[in-house]
Amino acid sequence: MKKIHIVLLVFIAAAIAVLISFLKTATTYDTVETAMNKPGKFVHLMARWDRNQPMEYDAVNNPNYLSFTAVDTLGRSVKVIYHNPKPENFEMSEKLVLQGKYEDGYFNCKTIQTKCPSKYKDDMKTAEKNVQKASESNPGNADTKY
Amino acid sequence: MDYFGEHRLPGQLGHFFIVLSLVASLVATFSYFIAAQSKIDAVAGYWKKLARYAFIIETVSVFSIFGILFYIIQNHLFEYKYAWQHSSLSLEFKYMFACFWEGQEGSFLLWSVWHCVLGLILMKTARKWEAPVMTVVSFAQFCLATMLAGIYFSGWKMGSNPFILLRDSGVLDNAPAYHLNFDITQPFRQDYMSLVKDGNDLNPLLQNYWMVIHPPFLFLGFASTIVPFGYMIAGLWTKKFGEWAKAALPWALFSAAILGVGIMMGARWAYESLTFGGYWAWDPVENASLVPWLIMIAGIHTLLIYNHTGYSLRSTYIFFLLSFVFVLYSTFLTRSGILGETSVHAFTDLGMNVQLYLLLYVFIWGAAAIGAKTRDQKIGTLVTAIVLALLTKYVASPPVALISLIIGIGLIIYYIQTQVPAIKKEESSSSREFWMFIGSLVFFLSALVIIGKTSLPVFNKVFDQKIAPPEDPEFAYNQIQIFVAIIIAVLTGFSQYLKYKATPTKFFWKKIFIPTVVAVAFATFVIAVGNINYNKQGPMYLGAIWLAVACSIYSIIANAAYIWLGMKGKLGLSGGSIAHFGFGLVLLGILLSSSKKEMLSYNKGMAVDFGKNSKENPGENLTLIKGVSMPMGKFDVTYLSDSAHPKKQQWYYKVHFKSRTDNEEFTLMPDAFVNYKGNEGLMSNPSSRHYWDHDVFTYITSLPNPDKQQDTTSFRPHLVKPGDTIFYSRGYMILEGVIAKDNLPKEIFGPNGSLEEAPMKIYSKTGSIYSVTPKLAFAKGNFLALPDTVIAESLVLQIQKINPDKTVELGVKETSEVLDFVTLKAYKFPFINILWYGIIITAIGILMSMVYRARQNLRSKA
Repeated sequence: MKKIHIVLLVFIAAAIAVLISFLKTATTYDTVETAMNKPGKFVHLMARWDRNQPMEYDAVNNPNYLSFTAVDTLGRSVKVIYHNPKPENFEMSEKLVLQGKYEDGYFNCKTIQTKCPSKYKDDMKTAEKNVQKASESNPGNADTKY
Repeated sequence: MDYFGEHRLPGQLGHFFIVLSLVASLVATFSYFIAAQSKIDAVAGYWKKLARYAFIIETVSVFSIFGILFYIIQNHLFEYKYAWQHSSLSLEFKYMFACFWEGQEGSFLLWSVWHCVLGLILMKTARKWEAPVMTVVSFAQFCLATMLAGIYFSGWKMGSNPFILLRDSGVLDNAPAYHLNFDITQPFRQDYMSLVKDGNDLNPLLQNYWMVIHPPFLFLGFASTIVPFGYMIAGLWTKKFGEWAKAALPWALFSAAILGVGIMMGARWAYESLTFGGYWAWDPVENASLVPWLIMIAGIHTLLIYNHTGYSLRSTYIFFLLSFVFVLYSTFLTRSGILGETSVHAFTDLGMNVQLYLLLYVFIWGAAAIGAKTRDQKIGTLVTAIVLALLTKYVASPPVALISLIIGIGLIIYYIQTQVPAIKKEESSSSREFWMFIGSLVFFLSALVIIGKTSLPVFNKVFDQKIAPPEDPEFAYNQIQIFVAIIIAVLTGFSQYLKYKATPTKFFWKKIFIPTVVAVAFATFVIAVGNINYNKQGPMYLGAIWLAVACSIYSIIANAAYIWLGMKGKLGLSGGSIAHFGFGLVLLGILLSSSKKEMLSYNKGMAVDFGKNSKENPGENLTLIKGVSMPMGKFDVTYLSDSAHPKKQQWYYKVHFKSRTDNEEFTLMPDAFVNYKGNEGLMSNPSSRHYWDHDVFTYITSLPNPDKQQDTTSFRPHLVKPGDTIFYSRGYMILEGVIAKDNLPKEIFGPNGSLEEAPMKIYSKTGSIYSVTPKLAFAKGNFLALPDTVIAESLVLQIQKINPDKTVELGVKETSEVLDFVTLKAYKFPFINILWYGIIITAIGILMSMVYRARQNLRSKA
C-alpha cells in the first residue's frame, strides 16, 4: 500500500469520526414536558409566549433580563429567563424556538428565535398584508371613483 | 379587458426574450454536442458555426432580459410583481441593482449573464476544446433559462417568470379594494393601478453597498466553476484524458480568486450590516459557497501536480466535478427553502424544489453518461438514470432521491478511475507533490465535513429525523477547522521549498532553516505578549489557537521569504507564494480577531436594586438614557441624539465614545429600521470605528416603542386600595396588595426605616399582562419613591403616599420621556484588517498566477 493511501484512510476515518461526533453533540427539539425531564441538557424548546401570565422586562433598569411564561402546544408551561434584550418582534410572534436548558425550576434561555406571521424575508404574506392595509387606508379614494 | 396605467411592452419583450433564450440555448447545446461527437472535420465545423450563432443569440437574449428587468425596476413599473416586490419609490438608485438580485429570478439571471460572458471568451480561446466545453455551458444556460420560464405543464410550474404582472401573481386576489364592487370574486377594477402607489421595497438588511457588488462577484465565481468542470467532462468525453490540463488551469485559478473574493465580500457585508457580531457565522448559505471554493483550491493544486509530474490526474477530475456539483447543491440548499429557519439569508421558497433537484440530477447523470467508456455503458447509464428518476418520482421518497444522486456521482468516479491513466510508482515523501496532495486532501475533507454538518436539515428531511443543531454551532465548526488551519498553514509554509519529484535533504534544510527560525522567534513573541487568552472552550482549545497562530505566522514568513530565496525576487513568477502569504494573513486575521474579540458593553445593568438578585447578572447589553454618560470598558459612552431618514422609517443614533484613559474620542452612528413596511420590529445596522489594529463595533439591540404616546408629563394621582382597578389609555391595572418589608439593612435605611411594596398587575389591551412593583422607602428620615416602569406600555408607576388605612396614593404617568433610551452592544475587534488585507493579497496572488499560466499557454500555442 502506498503512503498516500494510508494518509487517505487516516483522514477519511478522521472525517467520519468528526461527523459522527457532530451528530452526538447535536441536540433535540422538545416540548416543555420532555425538556423538564432532562434538566441541565441543552434543548430547542418549541413553545409560545403565554400572554395571560406576567412578563417582566425593563430596558432602563436592566436590559439583560427578560422573564415570561412559555406554553407549548400540549398546554404545559414553564417560566423562562433570558439574559438579553427582549426580541423586538416578541409581541407579534406566534411561535418561539427557545434554546437553552431547564434548571432550578425555570428554563434558562440562551437564544430566542421568534417566528412571526411575517418573517423579515419578503414573504408573500407580508406583501399581501401590506396591500390589504393599503387598500383599507384607501377606501375613500375608491369610493370617489365609483 | 384593458387596465389603466399599465406598461405592457417591456413585459411582452421580456417574455419574448425568455422564450428566445430557451430555444437558442437548446439549439446551441444540441449543435455543440453534434460538433463534439462528429469525427468528420467539415461536419463538426458546420455544427460548430451553427452553435456559435445560437449561443450569440442566447447572449443577446439574456442581456436583453437583464436590461428590460432593470428598466422595469428603475422606472418603478409596479404593475410588474418583481418591481413591486423588491423595490420602492424611496429606494436610492445605488440599491436598484441590489433589489435586482434580491429575488431568485434576478440572481439566476445574473448567473446566466456571467455564463454568456465566459462562453464568449471560451468561444474565442478554447479552440479544440470549444465544442465539448461549450456543450456543457450551453446546457447549463438552457437549465437556467428554464428557471425563468414560468411555464405550466399540467399543473407543474417550471421556473418563475420575472415579468409576471402584479395582478396575475395572486397578491391582489384577496384585497377587496382592487376588485369591482369590493368583491374579491369579481374581476379587478380597471384603474387598480391607481391604488398601487409604492412597492414593497428592498429588505432593509440588503440596503448596503456591499449588496450591490457582492452578488456579481459571487455569481461570477459560481458561474466560472463550470469551466474547469466543462474541461474535465471534455477530457472524459473525447478520451484525451490529460490534454486539457494546461488550458483549464488559468480558468480554475480565475474561479478560485473570484469566488474567494465574492465569499469574503459577503462576509464583509455581514460584518457591516448584520448584528451577530462578526463576519462569519458558519451559516448554511456561507458554508454552501465556501465548500465549492475549498474543493476548487484542492483541484488547482492537484492540477499543478499533474502538469509538473503526471500524478494526481484522477483526483483533479474528481475535484473539478465535485466543485461544480456542490455549486449546484448549494443552489438547491439556499433556494429550495429546505434550510428554513436554520439560515438568516436563504432565499424564499418559490416552489421550485423539484426543478432545483432536477438541475442536480441531470448534471450528475448527464456527466455519467458522457463519461462512460463504451457505447453500451453510455446507454446503460442513461437507462439507469431514467429508471431511478421514475422510481424517485413514483416512490416519492426522499432517501431514494438522495441515493440516486449518490449513485450517479459514484458512477462518474468509477468511470474516472477505470479510464483516466495514473502513474503506478509512488511519490517520494521528499517531493513537493506528495505534500501538495496531502494539502488538497485536507481541504477536500474539510469541505466534506463542513457540507455534512450544513446538510443537517437535508438529513432530517431525508431520514425523517428531528435533530437540532448543537448548543454552540459555531464552535462545532471551529474546533475541527482550526486543525485544518494548522495543517494547511504548515504545508503552505514549507512545501514550496521542496522540489517536484524529489528534494535533496541538505538543500531543503539549508533553505528552510532561516525562515523557520525567524518564524518561531516571531510566533513566540506574538504569543508571549499578544495576550491571546480565549478561555471559553478550555485550555486544549486555547492551545490549538496558539499553535494555529504560530503556524500561520510560519506560513506568512516562509512564503514571503520564498519570493527571495526560491524565486530570486521575480514577482511575476511568485503568484503562488503571494497567494499563500495572503492566505497566511487571512488565517492569522481570523484567529486574532476571533480569539481576542472583546465585549465592551459587558455590564451589570443599571438596576437600582433592593433584592431580586437574579437581575444583577452581568449581561452583554447596555442601556443608555439620552444625555446620561455610562461607563463601558475604558470608554464613557453617551447617547447624544437621534435623527430620522427623510424618506424611510430609519433612525440614526449618535453615540459618543470618550476614553477615560487617553484622548481617544469618537462618535458612532448605528442606525435601525423600525417597523419597516410590515417587517415588524427592529432591524439594526452596526456602525464601527476603524483603527489600524482594531475596530470598535456597536449596534442597537433594543429601542423603546417608537409609537409615541401622548405625553402627560406629571403623575396623575389615584387613591386606591388593594383589589382596585385603575384604567389607563391602553388598558387597566389592579393593585394586588401592599406589603411592608421587614429585616431591612440598617446601614441603608437607618433606625426607623421602612419599605413598602405595591405589587400590581397590568392588563394591556394587546392581551399582555405585566407585573410591576413600585416601592416606597423611608430611609434615614427621608421618603424615597422607587417607581417601576412598563416600557412597552410607556407607563411609570410611583407610590406617592401610603395611608394608615392601607389605601395607596398611586401616581400614574404615561409618557414619552422615559422612552429616550437605546440599548446597545459594543465589541472590539482587534486585527480584523489583517483578514481583509489578507484576502486582497491572496486574490492578487492567484490572479498573478492566472496571468502567468495563461501567457504560458498562449506562448506554447504560438
